Amino acid sequence: MGIDNASKKKAKLGVRFFFLYLLFYGGFVAIGVLNYELLSQSVVAGLNLALFYGIGLIVFAVLLGIIYNNLCSRYEDELNEEETKA
Amino acid sequence: MIYGVSYIAIFFFVIFVGLVLGLSFYFARKTSSASSYYAAGGQIHWAVNGIAFAGDYLSAASFLGICGMIATYGFDGFLYSIGFLAGWIVALFLIAEPLKRLGKYTFTDALNSKFNSRAITLTAAISTLIVSIFYLIPQMVGAGDLVTPLLGFPHWVGVVLVGIVVIFIVASAGMTSTTYVQFLKGGLLLFLSTILTIYILKNGFTLDPGQNGQPYHTFLTIPATVADSNVVSAGDWKVISQQQVKGKDFVKLEKAGVQRWFHLSEKDGKYSLREALSIADGENGVKLYNGEPKEKAKFFQVGHMSKIIIDGKEVNKTGPVGPFQFLSTIEKSDVVRFGEAKFTDEGKKVIVYYQNPTSGKDFMLPGLKYKIGKGASIWSRLDFISLMLALFLGTAALPHILIRYYTVKSQRDARKSTILAIAAIGTFYVLTMFMGLGAAVNGVLDVESSNMAAPLLAKAFGVVLFSVISAVAFATILGTVAGLIIASSGAIAHDLMHNYFQLQLSDEKKVQAGKIAAFAVGIFAIALGIAFKGMNVSFLVGWAFSIAASANLPAILFLLFWKKTTAKGIAWSIVTGIVSSLAIILTSPTMWDKYGLDPANALHKLDNPAIISFPLAIIAVYLISLLSQKNNLILKTNTEPIGADI
Repeated sequence: MGIDNASKKKAKLGVRFFFLYLLFYGGFVAIGVLNYELLSQSVVAGLNLALFYGIGLIVFAVLLGIIYNNLCSRYEDELNEEETKA
Repeated sequence: MIYGVSYIAIFFFVIFVGLVLGLSFYFARKTSSASSYYAAGGQIHWAVNGIAFAGDYLSAASFLGICGMIATYGFDGFLYSIGFLAGWIVALFLIAEPLKRLGKYTFTDALNSKFNSRAITLTAAISTLIVSIFYLIPQMVGAGDLVTPLLGFPHWVGVVLVGIVVIFIVASAGMTSTTYVQFLKGGLLLFLSTILTIYILKNGFTLDPGQNGQPYHTFLTIPATVADSNVVSAGDWKVISQQQVKGKDFVKLEKAGVQRWFHLSEKDGKYSLREALSIADGENGVKLYNGEPKEKAKFFQVGHMSKIIIDGKEVNKTGPVGPFQFLSTIEKSDVVRFGEAKFTDEGKKVIVYYQNPTSGKDFMLPGLKYKIGKGASIWSRLDFISLMLALFLGTAALPHILIRYYTVKSQRDARKSTILAIAAIGTFYVLTMFMGLGAAVNGVLDVESSNMAAPLLAKAFGVVLFSVISAVAFATILGTVAGLIIASSGAIAHDLMHNYFQLQLSDEKKVQAGKIAAFAVGIFAIALGIAFKGMNVSFLVGWAFSIAASANLPAILFLLFWKKTTAKGIAWSIVTGIVSSLAIILTSPTMWDKYGLDPANALHKLDNPAIISFPLAIIAVYLISLLSQKNNLILKTNTEPIGADI
């Protein structure tokens, strides 16, 4: 395996996705500490916000992971292929 | 808790452990060189590795601890599920890829790839050792808890048993074996958790959660007459003594020669005594369980609902429920949890487990363990933030997780492994909510240890399911402990002996040194596992995450993303992270309790250190790096940043 031309782009994407998730995760912690009562509000199918948000954080992590993988693979295909052609 | 021996459980247990050991020996034959011992020669398929990642991660802490914590504290246990999974995001997005590119075997080598500094070698190896040991404690505690109902042995026997089996596995094989063992166990854990959840939903709710044909214990409630805060009469029971602990009154009553403890409660000016469970020191060192010797088996599994409301109606029993209906029904009903109080009565130590009726609304919100609602102190809010921070940042910094990144051939495969792991772990963590809540309302809890909630719940649905789940959980612990001991022995033999002290050892001697180190760490882990008996294993894992997040993560992140980082900065960051997090943990209320002191008098009120120790480690790496720029000038021209600047 030679030099990976996509590494910088992938690293930047990782950092962006990390902050996106941090925002979502931090939101949960912030609601808990600052506006606790909000967590007891019923949201969907009789679930309170705490449960909905909590399970949502787990599902969001999986989705974000899949998107990240697809984008990274695309960057690798595009940038490393150009290198080969050149 | 009082348990009998289960022969079916023993049968499956022996079969499974035999399978694990057999696999280890099979793959051990393929392992010869040092590189294959530590990292399986980079030859493992990404899908196997992904499930093995999940197997690594779904340790005793996840399966035993989280389910137990949810069963005891409701949503607060689920915080660990959320945080543990979120931690993977940090690992994947920030660390996995750049670290894989460094192509090093251990965490220390990875950190040192740019500088080749002895200070980093030393501090990172010590950090790996400390984090591994803190992660080993909950695994060993879980092992001890597991064998008690499985084999009828005392806690310490389980700890010693796991220690010996793992030392044997590690000494005879290497990483390859543990990867396949982790794969097998990760897959089985997911499958069995799904089955257990289906059972829970099919079972629905009942006010009388008797198990295996036995009715649930009927807890007595006796009207009491109180004068000057003292109980003077209680029906046909004789009042013996009364104790007050943290504003709660406990009364010892006697009837037919048996003494039992009750919890005094008041409603609308009327007093009543609710039956509690108790363990008290009796004469001649005999322990009394609810006032009688162990053989009488008068100590019960607990956990029930005092009110069930489904679709707006109060009922005694429901039929099968859907997953959302399961969660929303608990939220609208009332759950009886059990609190613990310790005191001395007539010169004898007493532990009382008293009924604590909790509204489903509170049970399904954070706050029963980590108080963050109205009236919560600033300390408890900080403790909550600190825990969430440690869980978020700790995963990526665990040495035994990092080692597995190196076992996959390419970056693309490493990424695919991690995503498969996230999906598997995410599914499992959603299931923990059902298993924990299921244990809370099905009369299966052992008040002495929350860690057994999920296996005991399985026992309620059939002894075969129980035995298989216990065997998988035991194998889970075996695998995780093996991984941790390999990481520790790597730190000692490879990082300290070979790199720091520069002992020139042959490949064969290196592996031998690793095995001796593994033996030493294993013995130490056994001792700690016995010392920390009775603590929730997820809580203990929270500490390992805090130390890892503080000691390792600032160092890795700055190395990957900031060009001006120096070797001195990294070494000092690791030292600051370790020292500050350890200092806060060792002076915390929980440790004060362990030392036999009053937790209320602890030096501070924080149980989770990351909120202080993580920023301190960041400040250390930043400031020391700036102050030691001179040393960095030569290196700067020769190296390129590993990740991207932010």
